Amino acid sequence: MTITTRRAGVSGGVGTSVVRPDGVPKVRGEFAYSSDLEANGMLWGATVRSPHAKARIVSIDIAPALAMPGVAAVLTIDDVPGLGVFGLIQPDQPVLADGQVQFWGEPVAVVAADDRETARLAAAVVVVVYEPIDPLVDPEEAERLGETFRVFDITRGDPEAHGEVVVEGYYEVGMQDQAQLGTESGLAIPDGVGGVDLHVSTQWLHADHEQVVASLGLRPEQVRLHLAGVGGAFGAREDISLQIHLCLLALRTGRPVKMVYDRAESFVGHVHRHPARMWYRHEADRDGILRRVDARILLDGGAYASTSPAVLANASYFAVGPYACESVRVHGAAVRTNNPPCGAMRGFGAVQSCFGHEAQMDRLAAALGIDPIELRLCNALDHGDRIATTGQLITGSLPTRRVIETLRDLPLPDDAPGDDPRRLPGGTGLTTPSSAVVRGVGFAVGVKNLAFSEAFDDFAEVRAVLTADGIEIHTAAAEVGQGLVTVLQQIARTATGISNVEVVWDHTGEIGSAGSTSASRQTQMTGGAALRACEAVVATALARADADSLDDDGAWRDDVLVMTLAELVAEGPISQLERFRHPATAAPDEHGTGDVHAGYAVAAHRAVVDVDPELGLVRVVRVDTAQDVGRALNPQAVIGQIEGGIMQGVGLAVMEEIILDRGVMKNASFTDYLLPTFLDAPDVTAVLIEEPDHWGPFGAKGVGEAPTISSTAAVVAAIRNATGKALTRTPVRPEDIAL
Amino acid sequence: MIRIIVNGVEHAADPVGPESLLTTLRDGLGLFGSKNACEQGECGSCSVLLDGRLVCSCLVMAADADGSVVTTVEGIATDETLHRVQEAMVNAGGVQCGLCTPGIVVAAAHLFETTPTPTEIDIREALAGNICRCTGYGAIVRALESLVGKQ
Repeated sequence: MTITTRRAGVSGGVGTSVVRPDGVPKVRGEFAYSSDLEANGMLWGATVRSPHAKARIVSIDIAPALAMPGVAAVLTIDDVPGLGVFGLIQPDQPVLADGQVQFWGEPVAVVAADDRETARLAAAVVVVVYEPIDPLVDPEEAERLGETFRVFDITRGDPEAHGEVVVEGYYEVGMQDQAQLGTESGLAIPDGVGGVDLHVSTQWLHADHEQVVASLGLRPEQVRLHLAGVGGAFGAREDISLQIHLCLLALRTGRPVKMVYDRAESFVGHVHRHPARMWYRHEADRDGILRRVDARILLDGGAYASTSPAVLANASYFAVGPYACESVRVHGAAVRTNNPPCGAMRGFGAVQSCFGHEAQMDRLAAALGIDPIELRLCNALDHGDRIATTGQLITGSLPTRRVIETLRDLPLPDDAPGDDPRRLPGGTGLTTPSSAVVRGVGFAVGVKNLAFSEAFDDFAEVRAVLTADGIEIHTAAAEVGQGLVTVLQQIARTATGISNVEVVWDHTGEIGSAGSTSASRQTQMTGGAALRACEAVVATALARADADSLDDDGAWRDDVLVMTLAELVAEGPISQLERFRHPATAAPDEHGTGDVHAGYAVAAHRAVVDVDPELGLVRVVRVDTAQDVGRALNPQAVIGQIEGGIMQGVGLAVMEEIILDRGVMKNASFTDYLLPTFLDAPDVTAVLIEEPDHWGPFGAKGVGEAPTISSTAAVVAAIRNATGKALTRTPVRPEDIAL
Repeated sequence: MIRIIVNGVEHAADPVGPESLLTTLRDGLGLFGSKNACEQGECGSCSVLLDGRLVCSCLVMAADADGSVVTTVEGIATDETLHRVQEAMVNAGGVQCGLCTPGIVVAAAHLFETTPTPTEIDIREALAGNICRCTGYGAIVRALESLVGKQ
């Protein structure tokens, strides 16, 4: 034993802007995404998809495809051995079309062949005879017909309450695509004894596992899901896409099978943000206090349920926004149509209703003659208040007032647009001289729940292991690019004092579920589990050494090193498995109210836009924000989430929409579905409001979704401010401004 | 059969018909650094240097690249030392999921070759053909701005 000088605290712990451990391999092009995997003897898979939004399948002839040299398998629903259906909340979607197709692009058959091109050509020669049926594409008609995934009514407070000033409005939100850069892809490898290992990019390994096992009639231990490198998610990877198809093909052929969707297929291969139609009536006193809110929210869920019931609940629960109101009526419906299925996308229902309630707050302010920011402040919810819809007491932090005041007090830019066309609407198209530009400013505030709600048993497992080298954090959580890997290292460092932390991505057979990488939940959930597991490991290690602290050298007592890490674990690693749950939530009662949520986060956005009113062109100059983050565990990563989330909100405000014609997608490509580029990106000033949460590790809150919730509403409010137009629909199109 | 020099190494490849240079690099040569995210030249994830020109390798027919010199993201750094663009991207938080990153690294390295002191808006224009869905671009611009005036 050598006595060494004690190190000065652990570096790279919580609260510091540590860089990502996978940053270097990513910039070198060495990070392996699910699309980069290969195996010996590998086949390529391809999918036959429906060219109709609704049709009866008369016949499927696979013989021409099977006859092609190099084709190993062509499978239809008749080849699916298990339940044959899947779904995240309710299993209602067939693995492959079963006698009928319900949306354009629905998988009908899958093919495996020696190479990608042969697979693609074989898929093209599978002969499917369809009898097209008139598709149901109008969500209003769907609700009239009772074609619903969930109807949800909230009634709270005095039904006779009214305010003196009433404003009404109707709003629409278009269908947004996650457009994660990495398309759906994976590699399934049969184990030779009837099981399969699937390497896949996903948001939730264990939910995928459950659906693969059930739909294919396998035993849980026969299927192992491994996280492969994920190229973004944003909700697109919460549902099954090719997971079941890959396992089915691998098991049938006995060979590894790889599949990579191209961009067009990706557009139909994952769910989208629900298009919404919303009717609102707000009633307030002359002094601006909200007295009553009525809302009707209609979400088009498309052909299959996906997460529609939960998205609808969120849209309904946050229909009033971060404001107090004692009398609320919300009628929500998520309907089944023959449009593409919709489900999770960043913000998950709260984005849609925020677009409505924030437009209403501006209308109400105008009707009252009150400054719109003041109106928001005088109704703002805070710790100790009750959510307007559910009546749930806010027991954690929710600094709505502070968020609004902080943003209000940020200086507004007064710089003129200038003459550089790259900073003008229309850009280098040179359509717009600076003299034609009208500037507008808009303000919006949004709130959303953190983690899963409505009595869902929401947990995350982590195993922390002390080895001679340091700490290992084992998890099945999905790192999708957001930086969980970094935050877990930081939490483990601060909890243990040991800086050498490795995050180990266990497969589904090695550890329990971490839950979904969604709902802004992993920093709090898997982070919470990591903190507890590390604390337990530390306690064991300190007891073993009769020491008072740990660091990279080992265990210390009274500034003397008493055991090295190697000595500490000489009799075996110190390991702790922790299953972390957030405070329990309840199902809504018969009025749609109750303690349904585990916590909330609030953010405000102020957008500045330059508009060419004649041509209807918009440039979003800047979007500033103040966001309730609980505690910023990695400020640089938090800013990254904020800037990225705002960008997606800007996209939904001015350009991003999937266009459908009788259920057929008309713009399933990056040429036709426009995404914001470097030149479209606004400047962002973000202020982090740190009021520690009541259950997140070190007071942290999830930060991923809040940036998308009110940024869209703020940008559209700014365009209204510039143009004087009502603009009740997002994305705002040139013709909405110019005509 | 075509011959191309990729990152200083001569390769022979046998592209199938109209196969793209991107497909040849990935599936033929096993160089998975260049990414395929749109196949239409819209996202820039497949950006490479072709005889010193910045191109979307998904839009170049491999057969047309016969005899060319290609630099992919794997060839931007020298050995274990990161190119300064790569280092800045990592340190400034310009990488999240990272799927766009190889293309941005190639495009940004090319920008600094051709325009040693770009302004902020020059950086944005030069990279306008590279879509990133995670970062909102701010951290990438900050990373590259930090390099202006340094060598």
